Amino acid sequence: MDPVYLPEDYWPILVQSVVALGFVVITMMLTHYMAGKRKKIRVLRKEENFECGIELKGNARFPFSVRYFLIAILFVLFDVEIIFFYPWAINFREGGWSGYLEMMIFLAFLLFGFFYIIKKGALEWKEK
Amino acid sequence: METTKKTYTRVDPPEGVAGAGYFATTLDRVIGLARKNSIWPLPFATSCCGIEFMATMGAHYDLARFGSERLSFSPRQADLLMVMGTIAKKMGPVVQQVYVQMAEPRWVIAVGACAASGGIFDTYSVLQGIDRVVPVDVYVPGCPPRPEQIIDGFMRVQDLAATESLRRRYSEEYKALLRSYGIFTTDQQDTM
Repeated sequence: MDPVYLPEDYWPILVQSVVALGFVVITMMLTHYMAGKRKKIRVLRKEENFECGIELKGNARFPFSVRYFLIAILFVLFDVEIIFFYPWAINFREGGWSGYLEMMIFLAFLLFGFFYIIKKGALEWKEK
Repeated sequence: METTKKTYTRVDPPEGVAGAGYFATTLDRVIGLARKNSIWPLPFATSCCGIEFMATMGAHYDLARFGSERLSFSPRQADLLMVMGTIAKKMGPVVQQVYVQMAEPRWVIAVGACAASGGIFDTYSVLQGIDRVVPVDVYVPGCPPRPEQIIDGFMRVQDLAATESLRRRYSEEYKALLRSYGIFTTDQQDTM
């Protein structure tokens, strides 16, 4: 016979959850009352980042040139292109004219993007 | 094969009142005992004394017996700054910065003649002892000292850690000591 569980059978779980939550909350509040007040020794230099003892020079969060990002994205672009080209080249005869046209459309999109970034000046290495 | 029963000495209990099923002592001593046997060193090795320290950490001399197998290369978790080797004047602020960034309580041991006094390098470029930039607890003489000497110095640090009062690092004297090295503290009312 399958045991039948009624909603009131689950109330110990509720009690346990309340006790668990209450323990955490009460302990956190209690520690603030139990701990004595004492002057903490604070050294501001201690709170700096650890750079092997060498003085910090500026912040790491400053804007920098996105050129590297562009190179990375261009690499991904041509990498994906090659991945598509290999199977197409192997199955060139099976693909027929339709396969050839599809690939040319793909290539056109890609080259359009490529010319776009050239116009944007992504491949100009020297700062103006 | 005959086996001999070996007794291993563990950590002795601190002074206190012992009875059937209980042991009472002061909190200072219990924490001192714990600190004494779990000192995590930060090796600041710049020259040949550092090589001796590598032998000290190795299997033969085995600093792990003292609860110090865990070297800390970040000052945040380190208890003991072990300065081993010649400290040039340019390196002085670096030593101090590493010391400042260590968590309390912290101890410093100057290993070798150079760290203790500049050693043979009585020149314009070498710091004549690291006690010019950080307070030093134990000096280990030698050029370079043997691992036994480093261990001896380490055990003196253990003695300091075992007997230090828990209130020492909050005292005005300690603040004045830091101030004399140019390490300035700001008071902050905070729960301990």
